[in-house]
Amino acid sequence: MKMDLFTSAYVFLLAAFVGLEVIKRVSPLLHTPLMSLTNALDAIAVVGAILLAGEHKTTLSTVLGTIAIVAATSNVVGGFFITDRMLKMFKASRSPKP
Amino acid sequence: MTPFSGTDTIIELTYLIATALFVMSLKWMSSPTTARHGVWAGEAGMLLAIIGTLLNRSIVDYKWVAIALVLGTIIGVPLGKVHMTAVPQRTALSHAFGACCVTLVGTAEFYLRAPAVPKFMMSVLSMEVILGSLTFTGSLMAAGKLQEILPQRPITFKGQNIVNLGMLLIAVGIAVFLVFHPDHTYLFPVMLAIPLLFGVMMIIPIGGADMPTVISLLNAYAGLSASAMGFVLDSKLLIVAGALDGASGLILSVNMSKAMNRSFSNVLFGGFGQEQIAKAGKETRSVRSATPEEAAEILSVASKVVIIPGYGMAVAQAQHKVRELYDNLTKRGIDVKFAIHPVAGRMPGHMNVLLAEADIPYDKLLDMDEINGEFPQTDVALVIGANDVTNPAARTDKTSPIFGMPILDVDKAHTVMVIKRSMAAGFAGIDNPLYYLDKTLMLFGDAKGFVGSIVRELSGGGSHG
Repeated sequence: MKMDLFTSAYVFLLAAFVGLEVIKRVSPLLHTPLMSLTNALDAIAVVGAILLAGEHKTTLSTVLGTIAIVAATSNVVGGFFITDRMLKMFKASRSPKP
Repeated sequence: MTPFSGTDTIIELTYLIATALFVMSLKWMSSPTTARHGVWAGEAGMLLAIIGTLLNRSIVDYKWVAIALVLGTIIGVPLGKVHMTAVPQRTALSHAFGACCVTLVGTAEFYLRAPAVPKFMMSVLSMEVILGSLTFTGSLMAAGKLQEILPQRPITFKGQNIVNLGMLLIAVGIAVFLVFHPDHTYLFPVMLAIPLLFGVMMIIPIGGADMPTVISLLNAYAGLSASAMGFVLDSKLLIVAGALDGASGLILSVNMSKAMNRSFSNVLFGGFGQEQIAKAGKETRSVRSATPEEAAEILSVASKVVIIPGYGMAVAQAQHKVRELYDNLTKRGIDVKFAIHPVAGRMPGHMNVLLAEADIPYDKLLDMDEINGEFPQTDVALVIGANDVTNPAARTDKTSPIFGMPILDVDKAHTVMVIKRSMAAGFAGIDNPLYYLDKTLMLFGDAKGFVGSIVRELSGGGSHG
């Protein structure tokens, strides 16, 4: 694997600035769902775990990778699920009650 | 650059689209009207990236991957279905899971590469596992405290900060040594174990009211460790996702620390929760108390009411009774709003979620800066289970431990009513002068029961129910 440190560093820098700008605009009203959503997005680490478990290089890497997939997948599923549940509850005054 | 095959191009393309969808996802979170699109964008991006990864030809065995994906889903579904009151501990637990994944992958990557690990690789790898492992145990501890499995009272001892700081320094020292001598693989488990212990030690002195700050901080750590993992695996998608999560955690931590009047460095180095030592002042001043009938009468003749919910409301599960009160007063043509302090509850935005669940329209939930100007025109401010965030001593008393903390200006309302179990001091152990004002009425009792009694009075006589 070819490491390109500076490209990665630029990507991190730009993403961090985009993140700060975008998230600053999130209303405090939605800070709890924001946290569960970013948590689910963060679980994209599952991608690394899948490769690790699938490449089957050593027993250790397969075992650790498999556990890592379980942990991350539960965050993906649970995180998106609860975020959507929370957001469904936020209703404006005018909207008809169910 | 190695030549790309067709499959590789497709995989990279799924990652690129996923990255764009993730950024859009957070952008849509800016308003409650578009927020659900954000979830869909996030889900679509996630699905694309996972499918793309499964196409990778270096995967030789799908058996364990499939089993793990199914198992993770089985664990994830109940975690998505928890009660709204349990959301803070669920969030802490998911930070732990995320950090667990990152730490395990980092560990595996180290042993795959050792003993010849390039210097830069070793530096980011160390960062990944140190941040990951301290977030893992720290989040588990936080979840345990929130779930009340562990004692919630802060536990402090002499020299705590020095011990903690020392541990962290040793871990970083080992990391630096490993960067230059990666063949000393026996040091790797030590570098893993110290932050695991540090995570526990970091949360031991934290009390309940500091949880919003701590959860935000752990969120930031979890994001940064994932980003470091992206550096290790050379995955731009992971770097971006981690950076977004880290940025979110950082902003929330800064918000929370401002709302508690702590300096950011104070929060960053885990120095919170220590100054809260109760001043055991014997209080002899008298308070005025009122019955549900009297409270209902005062509320019924008001034209503007502001309700200030705190963690006490969540503990008493009073939010649905509060909704009944809201409905009853609104029907009478009374203007009812809710004042939400940033650190009310156990995580950022906690009160909003609980009140939204109870069907209170979100445009009635105002944050501190929006509502504070309205208190002087408010007839009744009704405080339910909140204490320190309404304490006027934060504005006036320089000797108070919470002096300088931004508060809800409840004392500027014409009449203040406080529902409280007893005169016991709040979390910070600080007496609240608000309770001794002439305009303040104390409503002693359980939040749910008392609000229920007020609602019964308002809807005509306390005979039934």
